[in-house]
Amino acid sequence: MKVLVSLKRVSDPDNANKIKIAASGNAVDTAGLEWKTNPFDEYALEAALRLTENGKAPKLRLGEVVVVTLGPKECEQTLRAALATGADRAIRVDATDDALDGRLVALALKNLVGTEKPDLVLLGKQAVDGDSNQVGQRLAELLDWPQATFAATIREEAGALLVGREVDGGVLTLRVKLPAVVTVDLRIVSPTSVYSAHTEAAHKYAEGVRFAPLPAIMAAKKKPLDTKTLAELVPGAALSTRALKFEKPAARSAGIKVKDVSELVDKLMNVSKVL
Amino acid sequence: MPHALVVAEIAEDGKVKKATLAAVSFAKKARPAVGGSFSILVLGGSARAAAAELAGYGAAKVLVCEDPSLAKYTAEHYAPTVAEVGKTFSLVVATATSEGKDLMPRVAARLDAAYAGDCADVLVDGTSLRYKRPMYAGNAFGTVELTTPIHVATARQSEFDPAAPSGGSSPIEAVPKVAPGAAASRVEVVSLEAVKSERPELTEARVVVSGGRALKEQFFQVLEPLAQALGAAIGASRAAVDAGYAPGDYQVGQTGKIVAPELYVAIGISGAIQHIAGMKSSKVIVAINKDAEAPIFQIADYGLVADLFQAVPALTAELKKRKP
Ligand SMILES: Cc1cc2nc3c(=O)[nH]c(=O)nc-3n(C[C@H](O)[C@H](O)[C@H](O)COP(=O)(O)OP(=O)(O)OC[C@H]3O[C@@H](n4cnc5c(N)ncnc54)[C@H](O)[C@@H]3O)c2cc1C
Ligand SMILES: Nc1ncnc2c1ncn2[C@@H]1O[C@H](COP(=O)(O)O)[C@@H](O)[C@H]1O
Repeated sequence: MKVLVSLKRVSDPDNANKIKIAASGNAVDTAGLEWKTNPFDEYALEAALRLTENGKAPKLRLGEVVVVTLGPKECEQTLRAALATGADRAIRVDATDDALDGRLVALALKNLVGTEKPDLVLLGKQAVDGDSNQVGQRLAELLDWPQATFAATIREEAGALLVGREVDGGVLTLRVKLPAVVTVDLRIVSPTSVYSAHTEAAHKYAEGVRFAPLPAIMAAKKKPLDTKTLAELVPGAALSTRALKFEKPAARSAGIKVKDVSELVDKLMNVSKVL
Repeated sequence: MPHALVVAEIAEDGKVKKATLAAVSFAKKARPAVGGSFSILVLGGSARAAAAELAGYGAAKVLVCEDPSLAKYTAEHYAPTVAEVGKTFSLVVATATSEGKDLMPRVAARLDAAYAGDCADVLVDGTSLRYKRPMYAGNAFGTVELTTPIHVATARQSEFDPAAPSGGSSPIEAVPKVAPGAAASRVEVVSLEAVKSERPELTEARVVVSGGRALKEQFFQVLEPLAQALGAAIGASRAAVDAGYAPGDYQVGQTGKIVAPELYVAIGISGAIQHIAGMKSSKVIVAINKDAEAPIFQIADYGLVADLFQAVPALTAELKKRKP
């Protein structure tokens, strides 16, 4: 199977509470924040690796994983890390972050799918900076491919995937024939969540994503990394979503500590009156 | 004159999902900018009953599309019809449920329209609309403008009060199903494993009791009696879900459910930003944690530093004593 995985570089989500709004009010000041790969995209990469191997012998790659990012030169770090983890090739689409929105990213990916012809595109369900949650669904429509969003489990069948999706009422299982678009949720990296056609049903993965061994980090420097431009892929690309203003949410201040459950119930009944 | 279109959602029992009423409120708020009225579109295998229910909310029209292929929701079957009907409107909105979030970006792509997801507010400025969206796990709100002729949006349920019936009865009109593309023949709904619970729906409950990793295998044993005493829904942190103590759809947070009940009780939850993103709009927050430095106390109205395995049963007993 050939899998295309998109990776976005975001400011470190664990420090999101430290983000500042620029004085102009129309930008988020990310200075001083560390960049990381969007966690959902790391999970998508892990899922792609699991789908292109036998879980028992992961060193032998049984398919191809191509990673792609849209962003400035610095984003190549994200791609190199993915190559070290096991991806075969990388593509960077050169663009500044503020020249991109969900519509343009989906259009660019559509074009890449046209030349790369993967069997599957795997994306994170959302990028945790904009929390916008749209690229995968848009891409599926542009390609006229089936979509399975918020995937918690994937099982490869002949020419199809059985995908367990996390929905409001529980787990909804879809069968999508390839080629297809799948966006992944948190649980996709649990030990029994992804099975390629080569991996035995009894196999259990380690929880979470795999890490690149040191030699692989060196070897990754030699793996191919191509660049393209946004204008090449989306001629006349223009934004259709513009941020006018950013603001911090109203701060919630710490209340009081109660000494025991009796005081707690008193407060809830007589002060807040929520009981 | 282009107006707003609400895409309704039907529950398993054929009734309108209460979540839909948040999108109706959104459309009502937006309508001054888009010609003054809104319509509602409902799709399903049999959607007549739902359409009749929706006729009482002041819509210009309720449009119904019935077809056996729509009996089970899939984006591939729904999007073509929603887009075809939607293209004569200037705003197409649904509630940001898992269905709304799956469907609406696909509809937007079909209309080559910009999309604003999970909106906390819609702002009317003359004839233009702006959308206020939480970003960075709720640590910033961005106000965005969409420059395509048609706008597609989803409304965050916890930020829009459910629209109240307005009396009157909107005309109901049938619309044909639009033949879907190749994608629809390549997707099949295999099963829905519904999580059965006696408790109220998490996103609609007046009180939510949530548990974290600290509850271990005793998650339900400890929380169920308290939830019972409070008439509360039960939620969970990601760590509790990942560890298998609670089902996936119990998760509250940036990537789980967004809740804003009158009372939220966080038990054995540290208060990571991704968790807080899902519950900080609650009216009153109570935290029970044995670590006095846990970040959850920074946003809790009432904090109790205690071992939960003692405090929760004691709290349950106290509630029963005072409110028998
Ligand atoms: C991309 C991404 C998305 C995420 N999305 C979400 C999300 O949607 N929702 C979410 O919840 N998390 C989410 N997380 C995870 C989040 O970062 C935290 O890891 C998680 O919320 C921690 O769960 P917890 O508080 O139950 O566990 P812990 O952080 O382990 O906290 C357990 C707490 O229990 C207390 N405790 C232990 N024993 C007792 C006792 N006997 N009595 C009382 N207190 C006790 C401890 O003091 C501690 O504070 C996400 C993470 C990432 C990277
Ligand atoms: N600039 C980008 N570069 C690469 N992938 C992206 C980019 N923006 C979005 N994506 C992909 O689209 C997914 C959904 O993002 P979003 O719809 O923006 O929340 C992400 O998890 C990424 O896989």
